[in-house]
Amino acid sequence: MPAVQETVDRVRRIDVDQYRYGFETIIETEKAPKGLSEDTVRFISEKKGEPAWMLEWRLEAYRRWLTMTEPTWARVDYPKIDYQDLYYYAAPKPKKTLTSIDEIDPEILKTYEKLGIPLREVEMLEGVVRPEGERRVAVDAVFDSVSVATTFKEELRKAGVIFMPISEAIREHPELVKKYLGTVVPTSDNYFATLNSAVFSDGSFVYVPEGVRCPMELSTYFRINERNTGQFERTLIIADKGAYVSYLEGCTAPQRDENQLHAAVVELVALDDAEIKYSTVQNWYPGDAEGKGGIYNFVTKRGDCRGRNSKISWTQVETGSAITWKYPSCILRGDNSRGEFYSIAISNGYQQVDSGTKMLHLGKNTSSRIISKGIAAGRSQNTYRGLVSAHRKAQGARNFTACDSLLIGDKCGAHTVPYIEAKNSSAIFEHEATTSKISEDMLFYCIQRGLSQEEAVALVVNGFVKDVLQQLPMEFAVEAQKLISISLEGSVG
Amino acid sequence: MDAVVKTSGTERALADQFAAALPRLPGGKAVAAMRTRALENFACDGLPHRRIEDWKYTDLRALMREVLPPAAAPDKAALDRAAKALERHGLEGVRRLVLVDGVFVPALSDVAALEGGLTIRSLASVLADETVHELLLSDDAGAGPMFALNSALMADGLVIDILKDASPARPLHIVHVASGSAPASAYTRSLVRIGANVSATLVESFFAADGAQNYQVNDATMIAVGDGARLDHVRLMEDGREAFNIATLKSVLGRDAAYKIFNLTAGGAVSRYQGVVRFDGQGSRLETYGVNLLNETQHGDTTLVVDHAVPHCASREVFRAVIDDRARSVFQGRIIVRPDAQKTDGKMETRALLLSDEAEVDNKPELEIFADDVTCGHGATAGALDESLLFYLRARGLPEKDAQALLIQAFVGEAIEQIADDRLREAATNAAIRWLEARAS
Amino acid sequence: MPLLEVRNLHVRVEDDGNEILHGLSLTVNKGEVHAIMGPNGSGKSTLSHVLAGKPGYEVTSGEVLFEGEDIFAMEPDERAAKGLFLAFQYPVEIPGVATMNFLRTALNAQRKARGEEEISTPDFLKKVRKVADSLNIPQDMLRRGVNVGFSGGEKKRNEVLQMALFEPKLCILDEMDSGLDIDALRIAADGVNALRSKGRAMIVITHYQRLLNYIVPDHVHVMSKGRVVKSGGKDLALELEASGYAQFEEQAA
Repeated sequence: MPAVQETVDRVRRIDVDQYRYGFETIIETEKAPKGLSEDTVRFISEKKGEPAWMLEWRLEAYRRWLTMTEPTWARVDYPKIDYQDLYYYAAPKPKKTLTSIDEIDPEILKTYEKLGIPLREVEMLEGVVRPEGERRVAVDAVFDSVSVATTFKEELRKAGVIFMPISEAIREHPELVKKYLGTVVPTSDNYFATLNSAVFSDGSFVYVPEGVRCPMELSTYFRINERNTGQFERTLIIADKGAYVSYLEGCTAPQRDENQLHAAVVELVALDDAEIKYSTVQNWYPGDAEGKGGIYNFVTKRGDCRGRNSKISWTQVETGSAITWKYPSCILRGDNSRGEFYSIAISNGYQQVDSGTKMLHLGKNTSSRIISKGIAAGRSQNTYRGLVSAHRKAQGARNFTACDSLLIGDKCGAHTVPYIEAKNSSAIFEHEATTSKISEDMLFYCIQRGLSQEEAVALVVNGFVKDVLQQLPMEFAVEAQKLISISLEGSVG
Repeated sequence: MDAVVKTSGTERALADQFAAALPRLPGGKAVAAMRTRALENFACDGLPHRRIEDWKYTDLRALMREVLPPAAAPDKAALDRAAKALERHGLEGVRRLVLVDGVFVPALSDVAALEGGLTIRSLASVLADETVHELLLSDDAGAGPMFALNSALMADGLVIDILKDASPARPLHIVHVASGSAPASAYTRSLVRIGANVSATLVESFFAADGAQNYQVNDATMIAVGDGARLDHVRLMEDGREAFNIATLKSVLGRDAAYKIFNLTAGGAVSRYQGVVRFDGQGSRLETYGVNLLNETQHGDTTLVVDHAVPHCASREVFRAVIDDRARSVFQGRIIVRPDAQKTDGKMETRALLLSDEAEVDNKPELEIFADDVTCGHGATAGALDESLLFYLRARGLPEKDAQALLIQAFVGEAIEQIADDRLREAATNAAIRWLEARAS
Repeated sequence: MPLLEVRNLHVRVEDDGNEILHGLSLTVNKGEVHAIMGPNGSGKSTLSHVLAGKPGYEVTSGEVLFEGEDIFAMEPDERAAKGLFLAFQYPVEIPGVATMNFLRTALNAQRKARGEEEISTPDFLKKVRKVADSLNIPQDMLRRGVNVGFSGGEKKRNEVLQMALFEPKLCILDEMDSGLDIDALRIAADGVNALRSKGRAMIVITHYQRLLNYIVPDHVHVMSKGRVVKSGGKDLALELEASGYAQFEEQAA
């Protein structure tokens, strides 16, 4: 699609060091007082105009959080986070209540324009003549703590698809939110998810009704702008019986010397015969060449294949963040359900990645597939951590896992930590992993044919990750491919 | 959840036992100081439990309800029972070194006419010596709580030295027999140092005399393989079905060394074989083969760390588990490639056969890699016996159990076949057959 | 008493419940060679699997008597010991189980089930060597894992070897010609012909008439859609070769 191609071009023009999205948007914001307390939680809930049950839900999570300790099992190392030194809510100060996209602060629009995110349906529709078969993407844009615009709402409404900021959904569709929120990732799930449950400010809500194939790709773009601000978005996607939806998520943040916290929760629910495809291109600011600054990305993503024959597929391209702690998982509860995890995780500089998945086989004849490609360069540490388990009653569970790591340079580390647990004799699990150096022969061949060292690395790495790139919607794949090249700049020589 | 758990009764019992035993344990002041340090290390975390990552699948706090008192020295009746068991499990053509209830028994051993360059001493006598080797004095806090406990309470074992170029004529066979005198625990440690260019075979066996039921083994074996040396190491664990066997292996390889380990676990109620093999010299090769044969409610854990600390070394790990009834098999393998350990070639392959719907297998094959010019990989599979193979065999007239046995033998045979010595390979095969026959009956 | 009697057999696949055999009947007497021909999907292989007792099929009605005994009351290994032998279309590879070891284990298991003595090692070796020589099977092939790394022709010869060794009463040859060139086919067929005798019957399952030039049947049955739609003498095979299966498919429908 032209818009995304433009993204890449625009991004190329924005010359900010190597991180092309590192600019800051100067706008007036409204913040909650610094620090975290019950009052902060009440403040957020009130700002969102939430019903009492939602506030109670948050407070319960907050109280739970107070009793928990930060997990330390991941292979990531960072100074202790002072949770009282953060802002938990920041919103662009609205001049008045917004009724149309034209009333959004032009600075914000400009930001998304710089990022190449099409917020204006008009532009999208006018997009000259679109090539045959090209898909459109409906976008929900989250700026710091709030959703600023959701496009194509009207057209989606006609199809019966609900796509709106979750803050709106809580007010407009409380019965759906109540029914599903926290049922995949319980409020007490883990330290960061519990924190999110207490203070999440916005995010996207999707409901695709029975038998509906969502007519376009849905997309959310997350942007952290404000200094010292944590971003805690919450996404909830429900595909009702026989429904299908493909959802894309992208993220960027300005370049700052201090670290910023991002602790999101994503919950997916697929009922009988439903399918959800969730793709992420994560490009939060990774910190500078010396390892200063960058986003701490502590994210809990989980899908519940609740119905028979349901399918959830995660595809992620992780190139950003100083620290990534993220395990998009599938609970294969429904008989014959299927989970997939396709991942590219690239680390450079001083980035630390600890990412992978969990495939929990509970139902009969469930299957899962994991393809993970880790690329470590610079002084980064890149860990794949994954769990595949078949429970007693998971007759006929199948898993195939292939996780490959590529090392570029001798100062980085690549690690593989799989947990394979079978409690059922009819389960068949196959797991393969390899770690190797980027092939000198391949690089030389490319260079001899006229490519620069960096181009050669990008080419070889793109070949290495091809299996996963193919899983992305086409427009995203192109962007991801360019991102991979950008993130590996300076990794050789 | 909070990882701090209050000291349980088991740990208090251990501390009391230590206090009572210390005056009687062999060794001078330096050894006693090390023992005390080691117990303190143990007491820090206490019995390992599932919240400790390394013990995730073997929660001793849940599995080990009681710690038995240290075994008394074996009496005449105990030695007779042990001698009888040796007739059954002994091997021909080896130099036999027998520990009964953790105490070295020269009368049952073969220590006459030692080849030149070979010395064999009991650990108790070495500890009593003024100049104890540093390897025996290291309390090594990093090796985990059960090794610390071994450091604190080790009472006897063997110290074997083979001088440069002095390859012994026969395999050395360290036999651990539980006599069944009384429910008790044995803390043993052996040190084997193989000089440069030596080619040697070491066998360890664990089994019980008739009537031995409830006992606990905590063993440590420390091995140094010299430059250009070659060691074949075979371990057969067929302890009694109520026994605990927690064993630690720590091996260090010099330059251009070749070290081959074969371990078979077919006995014990709860067992863990935890090893760390470190490459200290370039150009060396390690091969490890493991077989777990488990049924009823057996729990068998093999945890192996291969530490590539220097460049140009190769390691191969092959692990096979056969799990029946409600048994649980654990394999944790970690290949570490340190910075600068370039040109490392490390491979690990683990396969599990589940024979019952209540059997469980947990695999954790880890790669931890800090150097780039390496080829490392692992593969893991788990599943049931192949139905089409079973049917083929049955269509040729084999009853179900026989068809299964043939396929199981072939499955574990891939590891057993790697034992170079014919007699030892046969001994391992027989151990597997004993397990299969017990299963069929 | 016929050696094998199949009466109105209905069989479906357990997994998807599809019925494959819809009332198949067949009688085979000692000394006879029957060919069963039919297009793909007519149920030929299903018949061979069900007779040998392969799991995954459900017999919904009908019966099969082997020497007057209900075959479905027997485990697959009991059927083998009674003298029923299936030469597989795709013999499996069994890594780690040496062919020699496998042959002896299977032979002794069958003898044991029949209450016979185990065969002595020298007798066994003599016997195997004789049969192997006649089939052009080199000794080193027998030392390898069962069928591991064997070519298509070698696998089929290994099946015939077992047939000769176990001396069954009824041999079912499932698509023996699949994947074989003419030379390999001739060697295998010669092996089979050598085993023809008054006391032994054979069921030769094949898609093509070609095989029947080498193993000449006494009776030919045409299967279509799960039942026998026509039976005749060996000329029926030639007729089929000329006219194809189409006429019978219509007939069955």
